[in-house]
Amino acid sequence: MADSHLAQLNIARLRAPIDSPVLADFVARLPEIHDLAERSPGYVWRLQDDSGDATAFRPFEPDVIVNLTVWESIESLRAFVYRTAHLEPMRRRREWFVPLDAEHLVLWWIPAGTLPSIEEAATRLEALRRNGPSAEAFTLREPFPASIDDRRSQTA
Amino acid sequence: MSLEAIAALREPVRRTVYEYVAARAEPVSRNEVAEGVGIGRTLAAFHLDKLTDAGLLEATNAPRAGGPGAGRPAKLYRRSAAEHTVTVPPRDYRLLAGVLASAIERVGAEPAAYAAAAAQGAKLAGGDTLGRLAALGYEPYEDADRTVRLRNCPFDAVAHSHPGLVCGLNLAMLEAVVGDGGQVVRLDPGPTGCCVAIHSKNNER
Repeated sequence: MADSHLAQLNIARLRAPIDSPVLADFVARLPEIHDLAERSPGYVWRLQDDSGDATAFRPFEPDVIVNLTVWESIESLRAFVYRTAHLEPMRRRREWFVPLDAEHLVLWWIPAGTLPSIEEAATRLEALRRNGPSAEAFTLREPFPASIDDRRSQTA
Repeated sequence: MSLEAIAALREPVRRTVYEYVAARAEPVSRNEVAEGVGIGRTLAAFHLDKLTDAGLLEATNAPRAGGPGAGRPAKLYRRSAAEHTVTVPPRDYRLLAGVLASAIERVGAEPAAYAAAAAQGAKLAGGDTLGRLAALGYEPYEDADRTVRLRNCPFDAVAHSHPGLVCGLNLAMLEAVVGDGGQVVRLDPGPTGCCVAIHSKNNER
């Protein structure tokens, strides 16, 4: 087992309230997509409330939902996001979400066996938006490997 | 590198060997190539090595069936994932496509991109669907369920950097290319290849 796991945060601004007809198709697909993630190779953890859902968490803004997950590797996350039925809701995301004017997805390495907090996730997203991709906050398009330096910065 | 790679295909027998390997879903052995192309094993090995050196094929050592003591693993060959492009004078449409894709995502113009792709697909439609898809570079084949799958993604690099957008655009275009004659075009990605599959309506559950 690797020493590092990959934490992933992505946020999206709702086009309409989560219980509105505009979002109905998205909400209806969530259980299936959550189930698919949990069955995917390399899945470790996802943020969820008692109902198994995360759409009630609104730490950024009232109309911004969050998705916070942990994976064993970049490859396992990429395979789930782009090479499974998850691709279909990604194709349709503009029906449900308005574009954000800044980065909406951030990745960073965490020591295996630990879980990220929403506060840390927010800090990483801020770092990505401020400095662009780096070893402490990066994207799927410009990934960084888990290195010793990475883990030292975790504990610093 | 790309020019040398493409120049390696100039020799007719070598090109036949390359096309034989590229058309196969699974990696193939030297013996299969020799039989499939109708040449000797030594000549097949010579061309396979040249194509591997040029970066057009990849060689892997496959575990041989038969358990321990079954001997040295056979070398298997498959098409390399590396892309080779030569344009004279130099052109870089891929760089431009990546910039435009990022711009579409920034303003949220995906629906407009899908509409433009559907209009392009309608222009490309006509005649035999499989032949049309092959001409567009998708390398279509029918699986056991009579679902048409596409072995190659013609937009691979941009699909990799902008998957939601490019796969959605590709789906809209292929829906228009295939038309509405008894087939359903859907995103149904596997580990490799194009994420679109064309299902026969008779098989829809």
